[in-house]
Amino acid sequence: MMAQFSQFRLKGLVFLAIVVFALPLFISNPFHYSLATQIALIAGAVVGLNLLVGFAGQISLGHAGFFGIGAYFSGIMTSNYGWSAIPALIVGAVGVAVIAWVVGRPILRLKGHYLSMATLAVGFIIAIILNNERELTGGPDGMPVPSFDVFGWELSVFGQYSLFGMEISGDLAWYLFAGVVLLAAVWLAQNLIDSPIGRALRSVHGSEVAASVVGVNTAKYKSLVFVISAVYASVMGALYGHFQGFITPSVASFDFSILLITMVVLGGMGSTIGVIIGAVVLELLPQLLADFQEMEMVLFGLILMLTMIFMPKGLLPTAANFLAKRRAKSAGGDA
Amino acid sequence: MTALVEVNNLSKAFGGVHAVEGVSFSVEAGQVYSVIGPNGAGKTTLFNLITGLYTPTSGEVKLNGESIAKLQPNQLAERGMCRTFQQMQICMNMTAIENVMLGRHLTLKSNLLTTLFRLPALTRGEKAARKTSAELMEFVGCGEYLDTEASAMSYGALKRLEIARALAAEPKVVLLDEPAAGLNAVETAALEDLIRKIAEQGITVMLVEHDMKLVMGISDRLLVLNYGRVLAEGTPEQIRTNPDVIAAYLGG
Repeated sequence: MMAQFSQFRLKGLVFLAIVVFALPLFISNPFHYSLATQIALIAGAVVGLNLLVGFAGQISLGHAGFFGIGAYFSGIMTSNYGWSAIPALIVGAVGVAVIAWVVGRPILRLKGHYLSMATLAVGFIIAIILNNERELTGGPDGMPVPSFDVFGWELSVFGQYSLFGMEISGDLAWYLFAGVVLLAAVWLAQNLIDSPIGRALRSVHGSEVAASVVGVNTAKYKSLVFVISAVYASVMGALYGHFQGFITPSVASFDFSILLITMVVLGGMGSTIGVIIGAVVLELLPQLLADFQEMEMVLFGLILMLTMIFMPKGLLPTAANFLAKRRAKSAGGDA
Repeated sequence: MTALVEVNNLSKAFGGVHAVEGVSFSVEAGQVYSVIGPNGAGKTTLFNLITGLYTPTSGEVKLNGESIAKLQPNQLAERGMCRTFQQMQICMNMTAIENVMLGRHLTLKSNLLTTLFRLPALTRGEKAARKTSAELMEFVGCGEYLDTEASAMSYGALKRLEIARALAAEPKVVLLDEPAAGLNAVETAALEDLIRKIAEQGITVMLVEHDMKLVMGISDRLLVLNYGRVLAEGTPEQIRTNPDVIAAYLGG
């Protein structure tokens, strides 16, 4: 039975679902719910970024830009034009897909440092636009974003809801919603990875030459994964804006892009559950070290550096490796 | 019989170095055709030109009568040409069977919708691809490694895996670049058997190889290169007795 489960392709998803739904048994404080919701939404964006970085081996140092476009588009359409949140989220994601495709085609021909620089520039351009278009975005002061609504039903942290006959607070409702969105994001990502398209993406990372001689159009797949990861960021950005109720251009900032990449690297490039752990650790750390807020970027830089040197595979794969080795050792000892 | 692969007056210069110069030959369908020559004779360069990794300086390459010199490797795969490498190109971030299933890429038509929601059409295709790939791994002799991470496999097994991946693409012609390099005598003998079996299936095999015993035993025809030029071309018997070849190899 256990052996069968360890072969099960969605075991990570089951594990994650248990954690997501068990968490409310241990926390009840609105602040904790708010933090958990925020982590879940950011983790969703990180799962998408991991498809690009961890699986296809390409880099984006401007991913917060796409997160920012998602957040601002949904915010602007719902508050200024009276759109409902779902259509705003979808149209925003389609727009981001088009932008990512148009931008991605030329820049994904670049490799290594050059690709880093190009994606960095994309992120900066988006951040600058959000800062300067005061009429639309409120500029550096940010803008308020209405609550999330689904078919006229409003999801607000201040609301009261009933779920299966239970009275639940708005904080908990938002948390459960974000948790389900994260689970869906992980499920879709795992389906993508374990498929012909997923193999083509991973082969671009493993050996571009090998990929091309068996017929993989590597340029096409690089663009595709860039678009998919940008759409992940856009959708999560939109939800993040509605959840926070207020957004500033910092959601599209360079700092945030670096934070997203650090989460991927720390958690484990190419490990969907690993990068979520990366997101949890890097979101909780500043809470624990609130006194050193000024040093946050220094800390992230240090974590990124130390991970690259001592755990190039990241937290989860390193830990899994360690456990597997210990198990093999003890099994050898028994024999 | 018509030529499957036809090379006309092909040249490639790197700066002032003429790595391949004025090479012409043709390979008929179903043959085992080997390219031999001393180190630096331009054998691998010739393979890279044929398979679209390099663009020729002049001359042309035809596959089934179609000029392919300007096509990308992935377009050649669509036309039935696949290859392996002297410096093995294995995706170390995947398992062994996933590497072979990657070879099924062109036969697996999948769209984003069936993929993201893992619809039955996708699972059916994956199941079939896995079965075919497992059979191919058995065929090349690394069937015991199915779900092993490629990074944990031995050199000899990876060489076989690379051949399985090339075959998974159902090629008309497969180019093997030094498949016996680094193999011991037993492994080389097994490789010889394997190449024979591949040829028996009607797949044309082109080979770059240093191991003379292997090459002379299985080739229908050989091309001898020296300093980028054709020194001789013919059956193993003709090559063995050719005075120019003997001079180049034995230093006459």
